[in-house]
Amino acid sequence: MNQNKLISYSYIFTFFMMTISGFGQMPIFKRYYMADIPGLEWLAKYYITHYLHYLFAIMFLSLISYISMEYFLTKREKLIITTSGYVGSLLLSTLSLTGILLVIRNFSGHLFSSSFIVYLDLIHLGAVILILMTGLFCMVFNKKWLEKP
Amino acid sequence: MSKEISRRTFLKGGIASACTLAISGTPAAAEKKPDIQLLTLIDISKCIGCEACVDACREVNAEKFPDPKKPFPKMFPKRVPVADWSDKQNVSDRLTPYNWLFIQNASVEIDGEEIDLTIPRRCMHCVNPPCVKLCPFGSARQLENGISIIKSDICLGGSKCKAVCPWHIPERQTGVGIYLDILPSLAGNGVMYKCDRCYNKIAKGELPACIEECPENVQTIGPRDEIIKQAQNLAKETKGYIYGEKENGGTNTIYISPVPFDKLNNAIEKGNGKPHLKPVKDTMENANNLAAAMFIAPFAGVAAAAGKYYQIVKTGEKNDEGGPSNESE
Repeated sequence: MNQNKLISYSYIFTFFMMTISGFGQMPIFKRYYMADIPGLEWLAKYYITHYLHYLFAIMFLSLISYISMEYFLTKREKLIITTSGYVGSLLLSTLSLTGILLVIRNFSGHLFSSSFIVYLDLIHLGAVILILMTGLFCMVFNKKWLEKP
Repeated sequence: MSKEISRRTFLKGGIASACTLAISGTPAAAEKKPDIQLLTLIDISKCIGCEACVDACREVNAEKFPDPKKPFPKMFPKRVPVADWSDKQNVSDRLTPYNWLFIQNASVEIDGEEIDLTIPRRCMHCVNPPCVKLCPFGSARQLENGISIIKSDICLGGSKCKAVCPWHIPERQTGVGIYLDILPSLAGNGVMYKCDRCYNKIAKGELPACIEECPENVQTIGPRDEIIKQAQNLAKETKGYIYGEKENGGTNTIYISPVPFDKLNNAIEKGNGKPHLKPVKDTMENANNLAAAMFIAPFAGVAAAAGKYYQIVKTGEKNDEGGPSNESE
């Protein structure tokens, strides 16, 4: 497997696990029987999904930093970012930024106002839903994030 | 420890918290705010179990109690539990949406003598409360003075706060709250309720109802540092035991008992709405340790890409150097 494919598969797996563990922060998997499926009981255990979300967020941040820097250093002159690429990048940045702020919120102490936290939660959830929709749109209509000039 | 002292120390914190409450609404990181957490010390040896605190809590907080609409929406799927306490509002021997404080009884032996202890139990108001930090909708929140509250106007009643609370304190009432206006059958299930330390009275510089009405001065409230010192001194003087100082990373409720808490925990009735008194590890600690790695992660990614770029450049230079010599051959 070449390095680009390895990065792509790692990114897809990481994003999938982040999405699952992220939705697991809401009380839905037990209610809707998903956690009843043998082997998926952990979906209803909030601390486990919380730790997994953090672990995969670590991988996700490493990967998107690597991909962005690699593009900037080695591919910038050969490939241009398409509109889909810009939209995707904007949404990923929003997701990462709100996620980082929510991680900071979880430390002891009163750092953000309560109304700001409600917005953070909603924007974080909205961003992941839009990323999933954008990904689906790009897959169906074969829209690439990068293309030759 | 006199009531006057506790009142004075409390008021210092109360005025500070009233000021900070007034300026909430914007990201707090933008402003420098005093961070005075209020801590309550509960001296179990003083409690006579008269339930004056329970009655005062119910009376003062009655306007915050749920008023559910019946019949409740049909839940989907059917197994979603309906929690209805509206016909059992008088229950006072456990925590319910209508009873945020109750008296727990324990018969224990001290120096060979069997004695009955009574323990006021309610939300511990953790220093870093998992119910607040892990609520997915921001419905639970911590005030600058350390009090954690659940905003009934935006709570969906998913009960995650109860699941992640080490003492499983919050209690649900179905048929009330914002979920009724969204997708009542498919998402949400009411509102979660628990002690809010009479935050609205505190914001006005008043004492919480349970403290105000206690005839035995069982509780002392004030700035965290001061009350911890008082608790430690009292424990030393009375050879007592402390619970809450370290539990779940520290809580803003500290109990002092004349008997060890493992004995007390064995002696109390535990179960739904009746919290334990076991030692509790910091539930937020593991994730917050992982967070440190999260801040390093982007640098690791950038460093890996820079390493790759360096290798490409190095290989390119080698090829450039090797090129002419090959041609000369």
